[in-house]
Amino acid sequence: MSGVRVLVGTRKGAFILTADGARRTWDVSGPHFGGWEMYHLKGSPADPNRIYASQSSGWFGQIIQRSSDGGKTWEVPGGETMPQPDDPPRTGSNKFVYDTSADTGKPLTTHQWYDGTQHPWEFKRVWHLEPSVSDPDTVYAGVEDAALFRSTDGCRSWHELAGLRGHGSGPQWAPGAGGLCLHTILLDPTNRDRMFLAISAAGAFRTDDGGTTWTAINRGLRSQHIPDPTAEVGHCVHRLAMHRSRPNVLFMQKHWDVMRSDDAGGSWHEVSGNLPSDFGFVIDVHAHEPETVYVVPITSDSEHYPPDGKLRVYRSRSGGNDWEALTNGLPQRDCYVNVLRDAMSVDGLDPCGVYFGTTGGQVYGSADAGDSWAPIVRDLPAVLSVEVQTLT
Amino acid sequence: MIRVALPQHLRTLARVDGDVELDVDGPVTLGAVLDALERRYPVLEGAIRDHATRRRRAFVRFFACETDFSHEPPETPLPPAVAAGAEPLLIVGALAGG
Repeated sequence: MSGVRVLVGTRKGAFILTADGARRTWDVSGPHFGGWEMYHLKGSPADPNRIYASQSSGWFGQIIQRSSDGGKTWEVPGGETMPQPDDPPRTGSNKFVYDTSADTGKPLTTHQWYDGTQHPWEFKRVWHLEPSVSDPDTVYAGVEDAALFRSTDGCRSWHELAGLRGHGSGPQWAPGAGGLCLHTILLDPTNRDRMFLAISAAGAFRTDDGGTTWTAINRGLRSQHIPDPTAEVGHCVHRLAMHRSRPNVLFMQKHWDVMRSDDAGGSWHEVSGNLPSDFGFVIDVHAHEPETVYVVPITSDSEHYPPDGKLRVYRSRSGGNDWEALTNGLPQRDCYVNVLRDAMSVDGLDPCGVYFGTTGGQVYGSADAGDSWAPIVRDLPAVLSVEVQTLT
Repeated sequence: MIRVALPQHLRTLARVDGDVELDVDGPVTLGAVLDALERRYPVLEGAIRDHATRRRRAFVRFFACETDFSHEPPETPLPPAVAAGAEPLLIVGALAGG
């Protein structure tokens, strides 16, 4: 029997929504880690019962949680209570320390602060966890201040892939309103050495050697809020998406503008077309139709709610430019929620399911590729992230 | 035996009910108690003091016997009542936010 498990991170805990393949009746469990900010939860493609979660707090910092039974129970890897007081100290779990070694050197850079001055890197939280497609114990973490970490022992320990900050453009990276965050990690399912990531506000980057060296892939982007609108870095990229069958084609929701690349980020062109606003945060691709793309337009960079108070998902079946509004089941008046960048996901069933969460605490689901929608839950804390596992 | 009272979120994280009881070798200083606490409960490492700098996190406070130890250096001796286990070291989340 097929089914889906929707992993929801909110400002005050995590929730797990499960349904069978019909996706009409839902079981809701949670809050898990009540009271903590749950920036992201994601399951391992190699072992669906293995789920990782980023738990954080302004008081108590960053915690990584791991489940090996599909979210029923959780543990902090490396955080087990020591049975004897004089047991040898463990390597620190939850420890994200920037690489400052003399060998690499370059990570000792600063980044640009809001006022244009230079500011040292300071770890704040993990925004995004991306488990390996083949190894349940390997996980990538995108963090604020922007950097990429990797664990190969199921999140017991973390090491920075320092070549990203060693790219040399770090002093030109600047925080967006949400901070200087690395929020998107896309692993190429056909090439284990290639991955893409995005940073607000620096732009998109690609590695072709497993994370040792990185290339800024922002040619074609135009951002009016930076001194040089076509600069190599400094763009506020909100989200990237790809279809696993076609990893050279990327879609991007930038601060303003919906963009497309057909050459693995080598160049981008705008596909905003007839959208009512091309500002937004989320973007995702249909599980079975690589040219079918979803976005949720938001009014503007200073008005983070849908245009005209109508919550509309827009779908393009042509890879952009031609967009249709999907409104069936979504509020079409007095709706002023936002949909944050990690808060949309699709399942792999047929028809494809599409899900998104709002800052108003609703998680909407569509079991027919967006033609109709219904709230799975209505009254959660503000939703930060939505990920879907397709269970077979 | 030293007693440490944790805020609710850290009790949940460490999976303990009530005060934590610790043995501390040598002088009972603020730093020695925090070291013993983190050694016994590695999950708390980084939640009270920063992983890299070992400084108190900004929204965490330390109190004992109605005295604020938040800004004292790690080598500061804790009161005799704490060293004797009669009073706990209080680790408190600062009142802020919503």
